[in-house]
Amino acid sequence: MKIVVLIKQVPDTADERTLDAATGWLNRDAGDNIVDEINERALEVALRVKDGDKSTEVVVLAMGPDEAAKAIRKALSMGADSGIHILDDALAGADATRTAAVLAAALRDTGADVIVAGNESTDGRGGVVPAMVAEHLNLPLVGSLTTLELAPGKVSGERQGESGTLSISAGLPAVVTVTERTAEARFPNFKGILTAKRKPVTTLSLAELEVPATPAHAVIVSHNERPPRVAGTKIVDEGNAGTLLAEYLVENRLV
Amino acid sequence: MENLTEEQQAVVEMVRDFAATALAPHAVQWDEDKYFPMDVLAEAGALGMGGIYVGEEHGGSGLSRTDAVLIFEELAAADPSIAAYISIHNMVAWMVDAFGTDTQRAAWLPGLTAMTELGSYCLTEPGVGSDAGALSTRAVRDGDHYVINGTKQFISGAGSSAWYIVMARTQDTGSHGITAIMVPDGTPGLSFGAEEKKMGWRSQPTRQVVLEDVRVPATNRLGGEGDGFMIAMKGLNGGRVNIGACSLGGGRTAFQKSVAYLKERQAFGGPLIKQQHLLFELADMDTELETARTMLLRAADALENGAPDTVKLCAMAKRVATDAGFHVANQALQLHGGYGYLAEYGLEKIVRDLRVHQILEGSNEIMRLIVGRLAVED
Ligand SMILES: Cc1cc2nc3c(=O)[nH]c(=O)nc-3n(C[C@H](O)[C@H](O)[C@H](O)COP(=O)(O)OP(=O)(O)OC[C@H]3O[C@@H](n4cnc5c(N)ncnc54)[C@H](O)[C@@H]3O)c2cc1C
Repeated sequence: MKIVVLIKQVPDTADERTLDAATGWLNRDAGDNIVDEINERALEVALRVKDGDKSTEVVVLAMGPDEAAKAIRKALSMGADSGIHILDDALAGADATRTAAVLAAALRDTGADVIVAGNESTDGRGGVVPAMVAEHLNLPLVGSLTTLELAPGKVSGERQGESGTLSISAGLPAVVTVTERTAEARFPNFKGILTAKRKPVTTLSLAELEVPATPAHAVIVSHNERPPRVAGTKIVDEGNAGTLLAEYLVENRLV
Repeated sequence: MENLTEEQQAVVEMVRDFAATALAPHAVQWDEDKYFPMDVLAEAGALGMGGIYVGEEHGGSGLSRTDAVLIFEELAAADPSIAAYISIHNMVAWMVDAFGTDTQRAAWLPGLTAMTELGSYCLTEPGVGSDAGALSTRAVRDGDHYVINGTKQFISGAGSSAWYIVMARTQDTGSHGITAIMVPDGTPGLSFGAEEKKMGWRSQPTRQVVLEDVRVPATNRLGGEGDGFMIAMKGLNGGRVNIGACSLGGGRTAFQKSVAYLKERQAFGGPLIKQQHLLFELADMDTELETARTMLLRAADALENGAPDTVKLCAMAKRVATDAGFHVANQALQLHGGYGYLAEYGLEKIVRDLRVHQILEGSNEIMRLIVGRLAVED
């Protein structure tokens, strides 16, 4: 089986994440950039298949600046076989639509049996790219799985909903996304770290991909600083706290 | 940090992540419960930490001595006691790799490097510590076997280890009459004393190893007859650098905790960090740690390249780093006031753990003896 895992480099959630005051874009130099944890879990899913069947091929695909090479190397050190890095200055500021079109173009020739991604990134949290990729490739999307099993020709798993648990399955090829409730990712071992450099990484520019040219790109219309924290609302129980609490939650659309 | 390669950065990052999730959250509890986490050691082994500078052929990681310093610093930043045990285990694995025959390496290294089988280093005896060349445990050749009798004292990991590398006397010719023999756990006549109650290193067992007519095949001998003391000392060169790195890691955590605490603790109308005396104290602690790091990396480099002054640099680095680590930790405790003395804050444990680094793997007096003798020899 050939599994392609989509990985994205994001600012470490352990650091303070800030927007550039002038442009409103995310300040990527402020802290460490790491492989998004949710992608590491997606990778873990693929690596477990490989643990069970050594003939499994795991490829990681990342679109991002030079530094994304580091995220690819981390994935290779964990056990992926090869990487694809889509690197092009023209992609700076690409929005979800453009990103999905580019990823799909790169995926088209990989011959992947299954494409695994996180359900949403920890920075943008759009959660739409995998679905768009599936649409571009005309593949089923099996989204937001909390458990899953990949067998030849078939993916099955569970999705936790507000009203219950859905058991879903689809034939392969398919695009699968996982939530942070799937298994925690492994640490790379020393051997993995030392051999990562010898594994192949293909770098692709936009010119090498068949993506329709588009003048469309994301713009920041306006941005604000996060307001300082204010003291919370205190409800004093005078026998009617339950009602007040319920009203508060309804009023603030919290339920 | 100083000119680390990309691989070294990745190694440090992984070990830091591992230590932060697998060791740090449990360190205080393991210490209190005197619990030796062998399952976690096996996890560390799976990541390559059981034979850090053992060749790759039989499961080692093939990393350098400098890498080992970086690794032990990170492990000890989370838990000096577990880090130090891993360092002793690595010393044993390296001795097998460096002095074992191909057959011995193929038989013993896979389990040792995976840390599914732990190793203990048995040199000290109840009557001899610093003067190890005078040890009295005896191995007598009997056909294809050695029969070993004697008692080893203060043996780290004893009772839990699968392999005991025993330095025993085969001839009455002082340090030249000592032979290193691998004794597997379960050999009839091999037994262990009670777990010692100790000031620190409580999450790893220290016991006597008692050998009564222990028969092992002569093929368990590491190196030639009479090579045992040389093998034991060569192992210790690396052991000293690694234990120094463990002191550096523990000291670093104590220092970082102090910086955070002094910024936060309010007294005399502001954070304590505003007291210049305390700021100077931090400056000295940081300087001591960086001095130690510099010495350790230099000694590791000498070891890696077989430099002629290796023994001297390892001894110097061991003394500087273990003194620095303990001093910084003790000072950090002082800076935390009464809270430093409480187990909950994790500081007093670091002080207790690092204290023994000044005593073992050659006490710091013996380090001076080595350096002094080398300085005046013709
Ligand atoms: C927790 C713990 C774990 C240990 N683990 C191991 C282990 O796994 N394997 C192992 O083999 N050993 C182990 N040891 C033993 C350790 O290496 C010895 O305790 C150490 O070498 C000192 O020996 P000693 O205790 O016999 O002290 P002694 O040699 O009796 O020394 C007593 C004091 O005199 C000083 N001294 C001795 N000779 C001189 C001299 N010539 N000049 C100046 N000062 C001198 C010493 O520095 C020390 O301060 C461990 C010890 C402890 C406490």
